[in-house]
This record gives sequence, C-alpha cells and structure tokens, in this order.
Amino acid sequence: MRVALLVTHIRAEEKLLLAAFNSRGINPEVILDRELNFDVSRGPEQRAPSGRAWRGYDLVFERCVSTSRGMYALAVLNSWGVRTFNSYETAAICSDKLRTSVALTQHGVPQPHTRVAFTPASAMQAIEDVKYPAVLKPVTGSWGRLLARVHNRDSAEAILEHRQTLGDYNHHIYYVQEYVDKPGRDIRAFVVGDRTIAAIYRASNHWITNTARGGQATNCPVTAPVNEICLRAAEAVGGGILAIDLLEDAQGNCVVNEINHTMEFRNSSEPTGVDIAQEVIDFVIQQIEVMA
Amino acid sequence: MTAETPLCPECDAEVEIPSDAMENELLACAECGSELEIMSLSPLELELAPEVEEDWGE
Repeated sequence: MRVALLVTHIRAEEKLLLAAFNSRGINPEVILDRELNFDVSRGPEQRAPSGRAWRGYDLVFERCVSTSRGMYALAVLNSWGVRTFNSYETAAICSDKLRTSVALTQHGVPQPHTRVAFTPASAMQAIEDVKYPAVLKPVTGSWGRLLARVHNRDSAEAILEHRQTLGDYNHHIYYVQEYVDKPGRDIRAFVVGDRTIAAIYRASNHWITNTARGGQATNCPVTAPVNEICLRAAEAVGGGILAIDLLEDAQGNCVVNEINHTMEFRNSSEPTGVDIAQEVIDFVIQQIEVMA
Repeated sequence: MTAETPLCPECDAEVEIPSDAMENELLACAECGSELEIMSLSPLELELAPEVEEDWGE
C-alpha cells in the first residue's frame, strides 16, 4: 500500500498520523507542498517530488496547513483520478465559510442565522438584519483570526471601513452571522467516515474558544443529538475526515458553526481517551482497501 | 548537548532536538520562542519557520 502525506511542514498531528500509519506497517512518503510543480494537463504519470509517479500512490492524504495549496493540489490530483483524503470538493466547501453555509442550508442542517453582502453599505444592513451583537468573519481563515463581534453601529462602521480599506478582495465579502450566546464553550467533534469518534468542549472566558486562542479542552460526551448533527453536517460537505464545530444555544440545541477539513487534534486525544490519529488512519486504510 | 546541537538562527541559543525528530518538523526555541523548522537532520540544520500566512489553518 503506497501512501503520500502531503504537508506544508510536519506538525504534531502529522507526526501522530505517521506513527499511526507505521503501527499498521505502512510508511508514507512525505511530500512538501512547497515542492509541487504540476503539469496540469499531463496527468498522473508525471512524477511527484518523491520521484514516484502520482499514479503510483493508492492514496494522497492532504494535511497542508496552507489551505490554498492543499485545496488546489487536491483539485489537480482528483482531476487525474488520484484518490485523496479529503476530496477536493469537500476541501473546497470547508475552506470557504459561505460555501459551508450554503451546503448546510441545502441539507437542512441547523446553523446560526447567516447573511452575506458585498459592500460596506449592504453589509451594514446585513448586520442590522441579524441584530446586535453580530459576528463578522472572513470567508476563508482559521484559528479564530480576524473575527469580530460587533455590538453597535459605531463599531460596525469602523470594522467595515477598515476591511474595505485595508483588506484585499477576500475581505470585501462580508459574511455576517448572528451571535450565539453560548455557555462559555463550544464543541468540537471529530467525524471519521460515518462515525463521530470523539468530541471536546473548548472552554474560554473569551468569546473565541479555539484552542489555538487558549480554549481549554475537556471531554464532551458524544450524545445522540451531537452525533446526529455532526453526521448530517459531514454529509452536507461531502464527508471524509472532519472536525465539526458546534455552538449550543440558550435552549441547549446545537448549531453548526464551521467545519474543518485538515483538523488539528493534538490536544484532543488525551481528554477524550480516543486515539484520534489511529482512528483516522485505520479508516483511511480501510477506505484504500475498499477502493482497491 | 553534543557537537551536533544546532543553534537557533534567531537568538543563537542551543536548540535541543527530540530523538524522534523529522525533517521539516516544526519546533520552538526554548530560549526565544521562535518557531523553527528542521531543514536537515544530517547535518542538523534549522531555519526560522515561515511566517503564518492568511490562508493557514485547519
């Protein structure tokens, strides 16, 4: 079984995944996204930076921290028929918050009230439509960067002016959500294929609860409602290996906040007692065997 | 520390390399906190890791 691990560099997660592959007798070839140079029209006979033809891999596992490099590499590889996790389509949806919202809507999955607008004036209207406090997010981005909780018209005007003046065109897509008054935490659940294998609470005194921003991880039981919304969300974006972020509303019901397709999990195995890397790799190996 | 112990390219402190280190692995300098990338294991070479870009994430 030949597997390539496509990375920007080796983080804790990639080391865990490589160790999990090794434990099953598989030694993936690591390919750096900085070394990619595809002849798009020539197909999978051309050699990867490893020296092996792309066709020679049973699977390319994309784990790039660079979302755009990973996504476009998947686009090329999938167009040639090279199998990947996740698929290009799943990555393209998950890497774009608006496309994720559209997919969730199409599949009837609960999410915060969401609007999109394309000018500061219409964005101001969108913010007032969802009511204060509202949340402004870039459509691409991660780790809680450049999120804004907007409490009133004054701050909305300032943020919109800054984004319009200082941001590139990506920041002129105004993705606006209602603020969900969550109980000092959110939920991150890990979906592998058709199973929610584990979940954590991410608690913080700050309204942004990402562990990258200091949120503290503790085990979250995977209840039937959590499992159900996670599997429906995963299906909405095409499925695969995903982290589903949930917000609990005042009634305790969950809505899907966002979905990550190259999830970090280094802080999640210990509190949950689930070897997430091994679960992921065993699923990947099973899928390779099914597809063979 | 051995003669193989590399220096942080930012602050010149000696950087301890884990026994299971891999090429292109990220690590932090214990002295200055800079994020470093192992460019080569033999010989040991460290560089400052690339700055986080806007599209980086999960």
